[in-house]
Formats: sequence, structure tokens, C-alpha cells
Amino acid sequence: MEMVKLIINGKEVEVPSGTTILEAAEQMGINIPRLCYMKGLSSAGACRLCVVEVKGARALVASCATAVTPGMEVQTHSPDVMEARRTILELLIANHTPDCLTCEKMGECKLAEYCYEYGVKESSFKGEKHNYPIETSNPFIVRDMNKCILCGKCVRVCDEITGQNVMGFAYRGFNCKPAPFYDDELVESNCVFCGQCVAVCPTGALTEKQMQKKGRRWELERVKTTCPFCGTGCNFDLLVKDNQIVGVASNPTSVVNGYALCVKGRFGWDFVHNEKRIKTPLIKKDGQFVPASWDEALDLIAARFKEIKEKYGPDSFAALSSARCTNEENFLVQKFTRAVMGTNNVDHCART
Amino acid sequence: MKNLDQIRQKYVEQYRRKLGKDRIVVGLGTCGIAAGGNKVLQAIKEEVASRGLDVEIDFTSCIGMCYCEPVVEIALAGAPSVIYGNIIPDKVAKLIESHIVNKTPVYEWAAIQIPGEAAPYEGISVMEKFPYYEKQVRSVTSRLGRTNPESIVDYIATGGYEGIEKALQTDKQAIIDEIKKSGLRGRGGGGFPTGTKWQFVYDAQDDKKYAVCNADEGDPGAFMDRSVLEGDPHSVLEGMMIAGYAIGADEGYIYCRAEYPLAIRRLNLAIAQAEEHGLLGDNILDSGFSFRIKIKAGAGAFVCGEETALLNSIEGERGMPRVRPPFPANKGLWQKPTVLNNVETYANVPFIIRYGGDWYAKMGTETSKGSKVFCLTGKVNNTGLMEVPMGITLRDIIFSIGGGIQGGKEFKAVQSGGPSGGCIPAEHLDTPIDYDSLTALGAIMGSGGLVVMDETTCMVDVAKFFLNFTQNESCGKCTPCREGTKRMLEILQRICEGEGELEDLDTLERLCKVIKNSALCGLGQTCPNPIATTLKYFRSEYEAHIIDKRCPAGVCTALKVYTILEDKCTGCGACARNCPTGAITGAKKEPHVIDTEKCIKCGTCIPKCKFDAITTA
Repeated sequence: MEMVKLIINGKEVEVPSGTTILEAAEQMGINIPRLCYMKGLSSAGACRLCVVEVKGARALVASCATAVTPGMEVQTHSPDVMEARRTILELLIANHTPDCLTCEKMGECKLAEYCYEYGVKESSFKGEKHNYPIETSNPFIVRDMNKCILCGKCVRVCDEITGQNVMGFAYRGFNCKPAPFYDDELVESNCVFCGQCVAVCPTGALTEKQMQKKGRRWELERVKTTCPFCGTGCNFDLLVKDNQIVGVASNPTSVVNGYALCVKGRFGWDFVHNEKRIKTPLIKKDGQFVPASWDEALDLIAARFKEIKEKYGPDSFAALSSARCTNEENFLVQKFTRAVMGTNNVDHCART
Repeated sequence: MKNLDQIRQKYVEQYRRKLGKDRIVVGLGTCGIAAGGNKVLQAIKEEVASRGLDVEIDFTSCIGMCYCEPVVEIALAGAPSVIYGNIIPDKVAKLIESHIVNKTPVYEWAAIQIPGEAAPYEGISVMEKFPYYEKQVRSVTSRLGRTNPESIVDYIATGGYEGIEKALQTDKQAIIDEIKKSGLRGRGGGGFPTGTKWQFVYDAQDDKKYAVCNADEGDPGAFMDRSVLEGDPHSVLEGMMIAGYAIGADEGYIYCRAEYPLAIRRLNLAIAQAEEHGLLGDNILDSGFSFRIKIKAGAGAFVCGEETALLNSIEGERGMPRVRPPFPANKGLWQKPTVLNNVETYANVPFIIRYGGDWYAKMGTETSKGSKVFCLTGKVNNTGLMEVPMGITLRDIIFSIGGGIQGGKEFKAVQSGGPSGGCIPAEHLDTPIDYDSLTALGAIMGSGGLVVMDETTCMVDVAKFFLNFTQNESCGKCTPCREGTKRMLEILQRICEGEGELEDLDTLERLCKVIKNSALCGLGQTCPNPIATTLKYFRSEYEAHIIDKRCPAGVCTALKVYTILEDKCTGCGACARNCPTGAITGAKKEPHVIDTEKCIKCGTCIPKCKFDAITTA
């Protein structure tokens, strides 16, 4: 691989060609703030918070979108850069609902994190603020566009990861905002509620409806698990407070799915604590379901299967397996059907 | 390879036959049509028919003198062409009676004459000596107002498509070298050397390349590209063909704003004519070079004039700029190497190829070669289109060509480069204009719009106007432009309403610096220029608004204080009788007074006063 030598903050560094300034700085342990950048998504260069000074350049450049070149001299925290970052943060909070005390994203909000880091307590810009109604018309996502900083990650993740392309930018200038077609509500769009947009939103603009008032972000314990819904085997973190699941968060270290989840994985966890959930096998006795032990239930099944096979022959039996089972479980179903029941009548709901 | 010799010979004869007849030509650019040119043409047709005259009736585009549209040209066979200004249908009968029937021009309506080889008329200014044209050169605009823009006969007869013919017999690198030698720089505003840009695309290795023309002219007060497209569409096509051949592209797009329907119509016509003549399409003139041009109409976003937003728009995406690098020369339209030039740049190319880079480089300054088309508008006597050599001074443009300030008022500033440009004050009027001198003044060359302002213009109000424009047109992608222009506009609005504070000026300066330094695209990076330059050259006006709560030019309504000058007031009572709120009182023949509590600043009283006794400053 071709290597490129450059100087960042006076220190020489060597990185593979094609590396961005932001990535090169990261390798040296220099943290450059970013709101619109996310690994795995295309770089928009939109928030401008990651700007750095490159010697000889006409203006500051977006480090997230600029590849390193040989001999490049970069300053990541020069006075001009710091002034630009502080001003940009001030501009962002000038048009942002200041309800951090009750904001669901508090503790995970990137805007708050950078304002803290750069000492931006308040904005010197007074003027119009957006006053959009908060969208709560769907069961999964709360959209508060008054907190949107237009990083555009929701637009890109929907296009580039989910492939659903629900979101785009509407209007111009100050009134520009990400929105589904016709600036309609999500329920009216072809949104599949996978919630990728919520996972990547850096502020409280997009939050999980089920998590409202269920706990502050720092109180939640993350428990990595595998999704029980299908055989894909997506991993994610359960967000747990007081031994109760309150939500699901993407875990980018997941090998199978990365950030991506579907509506079931991200929002379909509420059955866990449902009181009506069946916790033991039930056997119907005198028209009533009665709780039974697993031994009792399995013995009954084995006896009845045997009976059917003997009376009507192996081909009277068929097995239909579920996409919710793992590969190993599916293997066992077909093995059981062929070897034990003696028939090839085996099928799977996900067969195409 | 085939050549155009035969067809050119035929068209030259045809063109000469047309010029050899008694002719009436009406200027039908958008400016002429807006001023009533079509009605004049209709009146001429009817008058000629009713008199049974054998006269060739033709039309052309804008000759540049927009201030006296509709323009009509009359030429008798073998006599000079006389160009009349301000011709309305009512004047047509007399014009034809005198000039065509009695062979005597109507001297009092004549603006200029173009004698050609004929002896000039006495008493009518010859074009080259006429103040409006004396300091102009006519190269890119040479056919404007002189040929029929919808006729490929006129184009070929006047040397059209000689450039592509010559180019197709030339080595590609040699063409690029010729463009480099000419010193041509992008006429859209950026001023990037055209030859260098072509070289990048030529060097880029790809099986598909594009030549794209930026015809999304959007600056307020700019209509250079429209005039060229409406007046000489074939020259733009020819320029694109030469570029396409040189860089190895086989497809071109013209991105033209939909607000230019006439330009789009004439372009479509020109493309169809060029295709019929085998000048566009497969295997052009049997040279093995194929090239097609498509037109994409823009949907009205100013930011689509920014090259990467333009490319997104052609691709069907929202017109939002992309991060650069990669530059379009490497990854342009559909990620393929793309040359992107504006209308005027392309229109220059056929001339450079025909006459050579050295010929072109003779004109202009050290760093900015050739000529530039400007549009002069605002408080100047002669508004219109002009082509001048680079290096001419603003004073020459405004006072010699433009004829000075309307109503003999004092010149205050000229705004160059539209919303991305800056306001240049009187002290810099003698600066020779080129890309670098204008940038040094805090303005930009831009595409060539010049808006002249006089003493009655409030510079804070001007800055507010442009910021309102950029805020509305900001695509919203990057924070500094989207949020910053909004806050700058709000500050300017507060200052104009008398609610500004001195700290606001520091805030404006900080925002100007940060936005210029950190915005994503050219639109964002240059949008603070109107504020930065007015703050630099007219700071006292800002301070007057803030400290004295006074608008020196008397423009900002909230700061107007209507007062009656005692020494001028005769006590006639005309103002009091017309005041809708009864704010003016006074005894007969005694100076009147205005009660500022009751005054709603409607301004009704001012034109009613015959003695100029009411002031607002």
C-alpha cells in the first residue's frame, strides 16, 4: 500500500494513501470534533465542525472529506480553527431548543459534548428559532426538528445503509430540513421504521418513543445480545435499567449487521416483560391449557408422533421450520424429520 | 475529412443577398421583446405590406443598448445601417415613410449608424465613435444585434464552425495549448485558467468524459450569458464541441435556467440545425469525432450555478454542492471526468481557435487576458450589455460607456459580482479591472454584473438586500452558510430598524471571517463579501444607523424622520391636505410642522411639496 507522509500539529505522520486528515489525526490521538461524519457513510462535509487549517489552502478544509497529500501541513486546533468551531457551535445552539435538562439524548448528545469541550455556554446570536410541531404520530420514533442540526446522517443512512431513501432535504436556507417526501409525516412515507436514523442522530432530534422518560442515557447498562427474531443473527445492545429492558441500541462492533437493524430488532423487544408471555409448556386437558414441565410436554409429543407414524405411515408427517430458528436448529429439524420420522416432507418458511 | 467549404460558399452568397436588399431588422432579445419588440415587428410587417414595399424584414438579438429598446435597424441597399432606439409601433409609419420610401433617415430617432463600406450619413454617430461603443470591443458579442440568431446560414456565413473545422484537423494537445496560450480564464466568476482545466480532464484516464456548459446565470443584474445564448447560440455549441474534441468527450450538457425560455428555444433550434448539417452527432464531418449536446433546464435554484450543485442537479439529485476534492475534472458528471465552463467562456473558444491564442492574449492585462462582457445596471444613464478589454477602469465603464449617473446625482459605489461580490467605492474607480484587482478590493469579477449606486442608496440596505438573497438561496447543507447568513441578515435588519448596537459590527465581522473561511462552497464562502466591503468602505453609514439612529441616504423607513424645512416652506398647505393621518399642521402662509408621533412615514407629502421643503434624513 502506498504511504503518505504529512505533518499534523508539527509532528510527522505516515498513513496509507486515501486516508482522510481526520482519520490520520485520530491515529495520532488527536480528536477532531465532527457532527455529520460517520464511518461507513459517505462524507458530506456539511457541519464544518471538523475544519482544519492546511498550509497553502485558500480556506479551512473539512478534515472528514479531505484526503491527505504528501507533505501536507495541518493544524487541527489553530486560533482560526478554534474561532470557526466555536462560531459554528454558537450558530447551531442559536437555533436549538435549550431543554437539555429534560432532553432524552442528554448524556449522548454530540452537540452538548462539543459545546462543553469548546466552552460554548450560550450563543451570541439572537433571533428566529424554528418552532416545528413535534412529530409523535408513529409508534417508534419521535421527531423533534427543533433539535435538528442538519448533519444529514439520517438522510444518508436511509439511502446508503437501509436503501429505503425515505429522507431528503426540503426547503432552502434557514428553512432547510431533512424530511420525507412532501415533508409529510413518517407514517405517510415508505419508512420501514428500521430506526437507523435514530441510531445515528447526534442530537435529540430523533429519539426512540419507547424510551421516553425511561431513564437518562448514563443510567442505562448495555448488554450485548443476539436478536431473537430471525436467523440473520443481528447483534445489538439491550439498554437495561433496574433489570428492565428500556430499549435497544445499535452496536457497531456487530459482525453481521453493524449499525443496521430492522424494525423488529430495534423496536420489537417489548414482549420480554409482557405479563401474557408464555413461560412454560401448556398441555390441553379437558379443554383447558394447563402448565406442564418440559419433560411432560416432550414425552407427550414423542408419544403422539410415534402413534401417527405407526398408524398412517411416515409421509403423513411434515415439518415446517421457522426463519426465527438458528441454522443449527433448522439442521436438526430436517435431520429429525428424515432420520426419525422417515420422510422428506420438510420445508422452511423462508425458502424461495 | 469533409469540410464546409461548399456549404459556406452557398451561405455567404445567401447572406450577402440578404444584406444587399433594403432591410428592416428588429432587436428581439428578451430585452427587446419585453420592451415591445414583437409589436413593433408586427407593425412593421403591416406597414410594409400595406405599402407593397419590397423590403427584407428580419430580426436579431440584443445589440447591447438595453436602455433604448425596442431597437430597430434600417439599411437601404448600399447605404449605412441606421439603428434607432425607443421605437414604438406608433413611430413605425413615419420611420418607413421617411427612411424606406423617401430614403432619408429619421435623424432625431437614430441612435447610431454602422456605415460598413458605405459613406456615412451626416449627423448620426458612427457606432465605433459613439460613447457607448467607443471603448468597447466586440468579439464574443460580435454577432449580437448583427445576425439572425435563429439562422445557421448567418452563423456559417460569418465564420461560424470554422473553429471546429480547424480543431478537428489539429492535435488535441495542441488545441489545449492554444487555449492556454490565449490566457483565457473562466468567465463565470472563478477565473480558473481554462486551458489548465481542459488539461486536467484530458489527462484523466476514463472511457467516458463530459463537457458541461453552465448557463445557470443567477446573479441579480447579470444577463451576459442570456444575451450570448439568445444572440449567438451556435458559438456556444461550437465552443463545447471544440472542448469535447480536445478532452475526449462525446457528450455535452447545457444546464440553462428555466427562466431563460428564449435562450432554451434558440439553443434547441441551433442544436437541431447543427445536427442537420452533420456538425453534431456521429462522426462529425467524417472526422471520427462524435458529439451530442443535451439541454437540462434548471428549476430556479441560484446555488445550481455552483459547479458541483449543477452536476448533482443534472443527475436528478437535489442541487447541493459536493465536497471538493475530488474536482469535476476528475470526478464530475456521474463521477466521470468533466469540463465545466460557462457560456461566455465557451463562446470565446471558436474565436481563439480561429485567430490563435496570441491574438487573444494581446488584449487585456498581465494576468487577465482578452475581453469581458459586463452588464451595467442600476442608477446609471445607459444600462445594457457591453464587451470591454480586460484592464479597462470602472470609471470608463460607468462614466464613458454608461454615460454617468442618472439625474446628475453623485456616484457612490458599484457592486461587482452579484451576491458574491462587493461594493467598490469612488476612490477605486480608476482601478484597472481584472480578476485579481477586483479580488484585492474585496469584490470579485463574478460573471460580470455591475450594479451602480448613487448617493440615494443606503449601503446597509444594499448589504441587507444581498444577504436576504443569499439566505433564501442557501442550499442549507453547511452550517456557516445556512445559519450564519440568517444571523447576519437579522443583524442588518436590526441596524436598518434603528435597533443595532456597536457590538453588532464586531459580530458581523466575526461571521464574515468565519463563513468565508469555513463554508462548503463558493456561494457560502463569498456571501459575506457585500457586508465585508460595505463595512470596510462605508463603516460610517453603519455607525450613523447605530449611534445616531439615522439613515444618511434616507432609505431605511424606520429611521426616517420627516421634517419640514422652515426656510423652504411657503405654508401652501399641500402637504397637510394630503397627509392621511393629519400629522402636518400650520397656519396659512406660515411654515408647517410635522408631528412625528402621528407621522406614519408613508411619504405622501414629499411629492406634494413643490418647494423641496420636506426631508427625511
